[in-house]
Amino acid sequence: MAFDKLELNEIEVWDGNYAAAQALRQAQVDVVSAYPITPSTAIVEGYAKFKSDNLVEGEFVMVESEHAAMSGCIGAAAAGGRVATATASQGLALMAETLYQASGMRLPIVLNIVNRALAAPLNVNCDHSDMYMVRDSGWIQFDAFSPQEAYDLNLIAFRVSEDHEVRLPAIVNQDGFLTSHTAQGVHTLSDDAAFNFVGEYKPMNDMLDFEHPVTHGVQTEEDWHFEHKARQHADTMNIVPGKIDEVFAEFEKLTGRKYNQVEKYNMDDADVAVVCMGTSVETAREVAGEMREKGIKAGVVGLRVVRPFPFMEIAETLKDVKAVAALDRSAPGGAAGMLFNEIAGSLFNTDSKMLLSGYIYGLGGRDLTKKHLVDLYTELQANADAGKLLTKQQQFIGVRGPKLAFL
Amino acid sequence: MSEMKKIKNLKEFSTSADRFEGANLLCPGCAHSIIVREVLNATNDDLVLAASTGCLEVCTAVYPYTSWDASWIHIGFENGSTAVAGAEAMYKALKTKGRLKQPDRNPKFIAFGGDGASYDIGFQWISGCMERNHDMMYVVLDNEVYANTGGQRSSSTPIGASATTTPAGKISYGETRNKKDMMGIMAAHNIPYAAQVAPNKWKDMVKKIQHGMNTEGAVFINAVSPCTTEWKFDPKDTMHLTDLATDSLVFPLYEIIDGHELNITYRPKNVVPVEEYLAAQGRFRHLFKDEYKYLIKEWQERVDKNWEYLNRREEARV
Repeated sequence: MAFDKLELNEIEVWDGNYAAAQALRQAQVDVVSAYPITPSTAIVEGYAKFKSDNLVEGEFVMVESEHAAMSGCIGAAAAGGRVATATASQGLALMAETLYQASGMRLPIVLNIVNRALAAPLNVNCDHSDMYMVRDSGWIQFDAFSPQEAYDLNLIAFRVSEDHEVRLPAIVNQDGFLTSHTAQGVHTLSDDAAFNFVGEYKPMNDMLDFEHPVTHGVQTEEDWHFEHKARQHADTMNIVPGKIDEVFAEFEKLTGRKYNQVEKYNMDDADVAVVCMGTSVETAREVAGEMREKGIKAGVVGLRVVRPFPFMEIAETLKDVKAVAALDRSAPGGAAGMLFNEIAGSLFNTDSKMLLSGYIYGLGGRDLTKKHLVDLYTELQANADAGKLLTKQQQFIGVRGPKLAFL
Repeated sequence: MSEMKKIKNLKEFSTSADRFEGANLLCPGCAHSIIVREVLNATNDDLVLAASTGCLEVCTAVYPYTSWDASWIHIGFENGSTAVAGAEAMYKALKTKGRLKQPDRNPKFIAFGGDGASYDIGFQWISGCMERNHDMMYVVLDNEVYANTGGQRSSSTPIGASATTTPAGKISYGETRNKKDMMGIMAAHNIPYAAQVAPNKWKDMVKKIQHGMNTEGAVFINAVSPCTTEWKFDPKDTMHLTDLATDSLVFPLYEIIDGHELNITYRPKNVVPVEEYLAAQGRFRHLFKDEYKYLIKEWQERVDKNWEYLNRREEARV
């Protein structure tokens, strides 16, 4: 029995989770192996409902843990087909071991992470500590700022991940509850258009080709391990960015929606800028617009691709900016935030005189308000005018208690 | 279901489907390779195999070499079972969608793991696979110890054995806990088939493996795998040790169908005293000191009791 197709309206009101689930349906994923966790559960629930309504033909395996979910995905991907799952926070932590195994075996898998704080204390709301935890796991990482982008980036992720030159798994991040549970208008593709864009899966070194048996997941010690890892890293740095741009361009041609690895807003002549991810980008854009009316040349840089980190484009974007704030939604536990570090790394050996400060914000779902950003831009402008940092290099935004600032 | 492979004799059987190469790094005398060959040779069907981290894995897939002439995957210590379950799910999906490259093939999905990978760290994953009743077989290479990491106790290590994390010493006789009843636990999942096998009883083993491979749904196989290094015996004595294990009834051979019907598949003509089994292994040497001899008596009582239990279960047909 063939599966049924859905007639979608041109614009549907979907939250981020449902948008992601619809993308998995339209990509006609062959195997989804999953375990539920807040706030990502609705993605696999959505997929389960599609399955029960004969809208997908693939196998849906509800396993007993997130570690098993990714283990099943790895086995399925090695067998040779399209694979996806979703998780968050503690689930991602449990899954973390297997993320390295998936990327090390160069298996295309799409993982939706609905960003949520890591316990303790237990918290189900958004921050980026889970995303940060697996940033070096060798996965390509996209970041969606809205349900629309969660939908689009899932389709894009399959294309990039499954490309035979890439053969690396990909993560699509979205903000827990803020994106995952906020319904907005989402421009849709028809089932046929979406599937045509993603394309029929092309297996490579698949375990189900019995004429060509393959060995996956070998052991390599000091004699080969370095070469494997170095090659994987080099491919990630050299091949993936170009492939992402290619797929972004193709997607724009199809939909008119343009994506960039670095999303720039008012950056052409910006004196001060905020670099951030997720839903904060939209808030920052709005405030930047208002700051412009007050005569402060404010811009926003939204990071669309977290891995491979777009070093060159970030350096190019920020080189003439006087003062930049890196907004990290994770407490780095005795270090500068990831964004702070990556931006510093991007610009360190350039002529840029940029003043960089790092801000920790929004942990465990704490709101980042427009007022916070007004204050932040004002502070950045003061730094720019003074030609030096007037405050500590690392600060918190909107936390109760004593003023916490470091470095 | 595919037609079961017909096997005439051991000589023919031993070379009948060479998909596991003799070229590997396993210790001389290791029973793992014998068991794996017996499992693979039981069928001519295509295979999708997984191995958990352990002796079998590190000794057979060291880049750029592989001992496997069949599709094979290793992920981690705990998740060999789920890797095969994922591959089986993909097979089903591609079959439904008509996208299999060789649609007429009838692959078998098999995961191998040691007792550490199965009784302990991978326990949850196996339980999940059995509960979901994937069409797969999980084979434990049960050498009752973490051999790959150098001899630490597992929950399969029997009482009185000296292991590196439960060493016999001035005030200790070694492992203090009884071996976990993995067969009982797995059968309690109500899986279609669970069986205990030994490489010396190859006909019994082939019968069970073939039955398992032709069973739709999850199959659990526990294979005793004497470890020359950790059990401490001469490499030439592997089969002798296996004989002692099965003939002393320390490792009885039986099967459980659909979680309840128990059949004993091997009844030794002459039952060997447990003492002989223990005496043949360095890991139990200290039990023969006067102060620990009571443990040997307890061992015999425990084995007798278990044998009686199995017999009653078989008789009761429940």
